[in-house]
Amino acid sequence: MTHVLLAANNGTNLDPLYSKSLFWILAVLSVSAAVTMIFMRQAVHCALMLAIVMLSLALLYAMQGAPFLAFVQVIVYTGAVLMLFLFVVMLIGVTTSDSLVETIKGQRLWAALGGLGFVVLLIIGIGHASIGTAAPQTAANGTDNLTGIAQLIFTTYVFPFEATSALLITAALAAMVLTHRERTTPKPTQRELARRRVASGHVAPEPPPGVYALHNAVDMPAMLPDGSTTDRSVSTAVVQRDVDLGRDPQSDVSSDLAAGERIEAERQIEAAARGRDEQA
Amino acid sequence: MSPAGYVFLAVILFAIGGIGVLIRRNAIIIFLCVELMLNACNLAFVAFSRLHGNLDGQVVAFFVMVVAAAEVVVGLAILMAIYRARRSASVDDANLLKY
Repeated sequence: MTHVLLAANNGTNLDPLYSKSLFWILAVLSVSAAVTMIFMRQAVHCALMLAIVMLSLALLYAMQGAPFLAFVQVIVYTGAVLMLFLFVVMLIGVTTSDSLVETIKGQRLWAALGGLGFVVLLIIGIGHASIGTAAPQTAANGTDNLTGIAQLIFTTYVFPFEATSALLITAALAAMVLTHRERTTPKPTQRELARRRVASGHVAPEPPPGVYALHNAVDMPAMLPDGSTTDRSVSTAVVQRDVDLGRDPQSDVSSDLAAGERIEAERQIEAAARGRDEQA
Repeated sequence: MSPAGYVFLAVILFAIGGIGVLIRRNAIIIFLCVELMLNACNLAFVAFSRLHGNLDGQVVAFFVMVVAAAEVVVGLAILMAIYRARRSASVDDANLLKY
């Protein structure tokens, strides 16, 4: 990585063997990650595969004399955009996986065939065009990559650059407008909230999961002061996982409740016996 | 490595992204595939920039990144709005305009 960045920044070429082997490693890695991405069922796995592709692309940029773009790729794409994706995946629900029903008959087959045909077409077209070797960096591009890009952005491309700032502000406003939800009911006041809590029968906040008498795992529901358990203290994802694995999520709870009752009964018998001894 | 290799890699990644957009039904995954296509375009831009020996291609790739970031923000916000209304992220369920 240091070699690549140094060579990229000084405008010197990497050792051909080194750059060739690095290119093939990254090419195989990114293509296999991309193919895995379109076949993964879960959106989270797809996002992680895309992260691999993006990081390999960052290295490929650095190998081609674009260290600025390499860092922007890591910071903006992998750091910000992909994290935004992961946030939305978490909000929408990790459990929503893709439906496998085809709406249009044979669409997947034809899409795959069309994509492969597109690759063949483009590769034949580009293969016929004679792409030469890389031209040396001209002196007009500044002393290094960063100053060269800065010169171009603030001279030739200054109006597109200003336009992108307007675009970013519009996008930020659009995100706020689109995710804003109109309140259909009036906001409950503090008095109403307090009244509702007293009426519900649970005045104190409910305990977190895992404070059950004989277990402290997160899939154990919390025990309320009256001795009953509350299912609401366990995340639905945990319960869903038990169901997926074919386990009864309540099995431990019922056996523990039975054990608790047995212990309580024994304690009462002991207390009664002790009381008899003291009286005698 | 000559720039041609990078262009071929960009073509392959672009096509994989395109296939993903066509065959997947989950809107988030479709968005991820669109991002893959944009990244492939950036790789081609950088390769052509090196081929010509100037930095214009890199500047264009930088602009593509900015536009992609804006697109992701608006697209995901629309997705959230649709999810709130329909309780689904599948593109097959958002079909009210059809009738």
